[in-house]
Amino acid sequence: MTKDIAIDARNVGKIYGTGANAVAALGDVSISIEQGEFFTLLGPSGCGKTTLLRCIAGFETPTTGSIHLSGRDITYIPPNRRPVNTVFQSYALFPHLTVADNIGFGLKMQGKSAADVSKAVDRVLTLVKLEDFAKRLPQQLSGGQQQRVALARALAPEPEVLLLDEPLSALDLKLRKEMQSELKRLQTETGITFIFVTHDQEEALTMSNRIGVMSAGALLQVGTPHDIYDRPVNRFVADFIGETNFLVGRVEESKVRIGTGDLLAVPLAGQTGEVTLAIRPEHVRVSTEGAEIAAKIVDATYLGTDTHYTLALSDDSKLVARIQSNSAGGFGIGDPVGVSIDAQAVQVLKS
Amino acid sequence: MSNPRRQRSNGANGWLLSAPALILLVLAASGPLLIVAFYSILEKGDYSGVRWILSGDGWFRVLFERDIFDQTVSLADANLSIFWRSVKLSIATTLITFVFGLPTAWFIATRPAKSRAIWLFLITIPFWTNLLIRTFAIMEVIRNQGILNTFLMYTGAISEPIQILYTDLAVLIGMTYVYLPLMVLPLYAAIDRFDFKLIEAGYDLYASRWQVLRGVILPIIKPGIVAGCILVFIPSLGAYVTPRVLGGGKNMMIGNFIELQFGQGQNWPLGAALSTVLLLIVLVSLLVYTRVTSREDPHG
Repeated sequence: MTKDIAIDARNVGKIYGTGANAVAALGDVSISIEQGEFFTLLGPSGCGKTTLLRCIAGFETPTTGSIHLSGRDITYIPPNRRPVNTVFQSYALFPHLTVADNIGFGLKMQGKSAADVSKAVDRVLTLVKLEDFAKRLPQQLSGGQQQRVALARALAPEPEVLLLDEPLSALDLKLRKEMQSELKRLQTETGITFIFVTHDQEEALTMSNRIGVMSAGALLQVGTPHDIYDRPVNRFVADFIGETNFLVGRVEESKVRIGTGDLLAVPLAGQTGEVTLAIRPEHVRVSTEGAEIAAKIVDATYLGTDTHYTLALSDDSKLVARIQSNSAGGFGIGDPVGVSIDAQAVQVLKS
Repeated sequence: MSNPRRQRSNGANGWLLSAPALILLVLAASGPLLIVAFYSILEKGDYSGVRWILSGDGWFRVLFERDIFDQTVSLADANLSIFWRSVKLSIATTLITFVFGLPTAWFIATRPAKSRAIWLFLITIPFWTNLLIRTFAIMEVIRNQGILNTFLMYTGAISEPIQILYTDLAVLIGMTYVYLPLMVLPLYAAIDRFDFKLIEAGYDLYASRWQVLRGVILPIIKPGIVAGCILVFIPSLGAYVTPRVLGGGKNMMIGNFIELQFGQGQNWPLGAALSTVLLLIVLVSLLVYTRVTSREDPHG
C-alpha cells in the first residue's frame, strides 16, 4: 500500500538575482515526502536545503517548478494561507507576548474563539512539558525552553506539515540529544509530517525515517538512514555521512584490483574501468598474520571502546580501521600488519 | 565587592562624583522653573516685571477676564482658543509625523548597512540650518505668489492662489517639516533592533500583513513610537518661531501668547502662569500616555 504524499516538489529551481549576478540556490529538485514521515534534508551549509524549506513554507517562490501539498498546488499560495508551520533556527518567538500568547498566536489569527485557543494552548503546553511557564515571557526562559515554545507554537495550529530549520543548532550537546528524542516522540505522537533541515549527519541518521542528501543545490540521494549509510550513491554522500575510506581501483574479471595489486571480490553492478571503493572503517580488519593486504600502522587514536588505526598500504594509500579496543592492548605504531576488508560491505562508486 | 564597607564607600564616592551634574540639574533645570512658578503668584508691575506682593491675578487671567467698565467676570475665550489650537495642532503634528516617519524609518532601517548611514545623514541635514531660515523657506513655498501656488496655477489646476500662509494649515505644515526628524530617528533606532524573522513567523502563523503590523511590529517597536511622539508633541506644544512666522499674528499658539505677556503685554505674572499651565499640560499628557500604553501591555 502506498502512503499518501504530503509534499510533492516537482523540478523546483530557485535563482537569486538576475543577469551576471544570478546565483542558482536550487536546481531542478524533485522530491516526494510521505504523510506522517520524519524527513530530513541533509547537507553542508549553502547546499540549498534551507532554500527548499523556505519554498515549502512560502517565504520564497521557486523560479521554476511547482510544490504540491496533499495534491494541491501551493507554489503561489502565501505562507499565511498554507497549513504549514515553521520552527525557526533562531526560534523567532514574539518577545512582547507570553509563552501562552506566543503559542496561541496562530490559532488566534485563524479566528478561533478564545476558549478554543486556550484549550489548544493548554494541550500543546502539556505536550512539550511547559505547563508551568505559560505566563512567562520568552526572554525569561532558557534556550532549551525557548526551543520547546517555538515547537509548541508551530504545532498548536495542527499543521499538515511542520518545517524545522536547524532548530537544534543553538543548543549544547546534551540538550541537543534530549531534544532529538523529544522531537521524535512529538512526531510520533502527533502524526504530523516533519521536514527537518540539518547539516549534522548524526542528527539525521538517528531521527529520520528518510533522508535527502543535498549538495550545491541538487538532491543527490533519498533513502532510509540505512540506505544512505550502507549504499551511498557517490563519493560526496559516502564522505558526508559517517567516516569513509576511499580506494581507487580497476575492474578486472569481476573483481577490483587496487593500487597494491591485490584483488578484492567486491559486489559489482556492471561497473567497468576505473572505480572508487568506499570502505567504512568498521569493515576493515587488522591482524598480525595471514591477512590479504600488507600494511603498516602509522597512527593510532584511542577512543575508549574503539581505537582508530591509520594504515599505510604498500602503494602509500591510507586506510582508517576502527577496531574494538581490548584489554590485551592494540597494535603499536610502525607494526607491520595484515589488512582484510569485508568485501560484501564495500560500496563501488564510479570514479 | 563582597565587603559591605567597600561598597558603601563606593556609593558615597558615586554621589560625590555625580555632584557637578546634580548641582547643574538643580540650579539650571529646577531653579528657573521654581522662579517662573513663583512669579505667577506675584502682582504685575506697572510697565513690566513684578511687584513683590502675592496675588492670584496671574492665574485668574489664565481662564477669565474682567470687563474694564463694569468689572463683570467672563471666560477668556481668546485664551481658551489659543490653548485648544496649540493642543490640536500639536496632536495633528504628532500624528502626521508618525504616519510619514514610520515608512521613512522603515525604509532606512531596511537599506544595506552602508547606505543606511547616508540616509540617516540626509535626515539630520536640516538640523544644520537655522530654524528661522528653514521656516522662511517654507513661507516661500506656500505663500500666494510662492512656488506651490505658481506651479498649480501654471498647470491650470487652480485659477486663484490658495491661501495657505497665515492659516493653521501653514503652521501644521511648518511644524511637521521641522519635527519630522525627531520622529524618524527614534523610530529608526527601534526598527533597527527589530528582528525581521518575526515578520516571517507572523505570516507563517496565518497573520495577514495588517495583523503582522498591528500584532507584531507595532507592539515591539512601541518604545520608539513613544519616544518619537514625546519628542514631537512637547516641542510642538511650546512652538514659537513656526506659528509666529507662518501663522501670522492671529493664529497664536501658547508659546506666542506667553511671549506676548512678557513683551508687549507687560504682564509677567500671567506669562508665568501660562508657562506653568503649559508645563502641567505636558506632564498630564505624559502621564495619560504612559498609563494608556502600559495598560495595553499584558495583551500587546
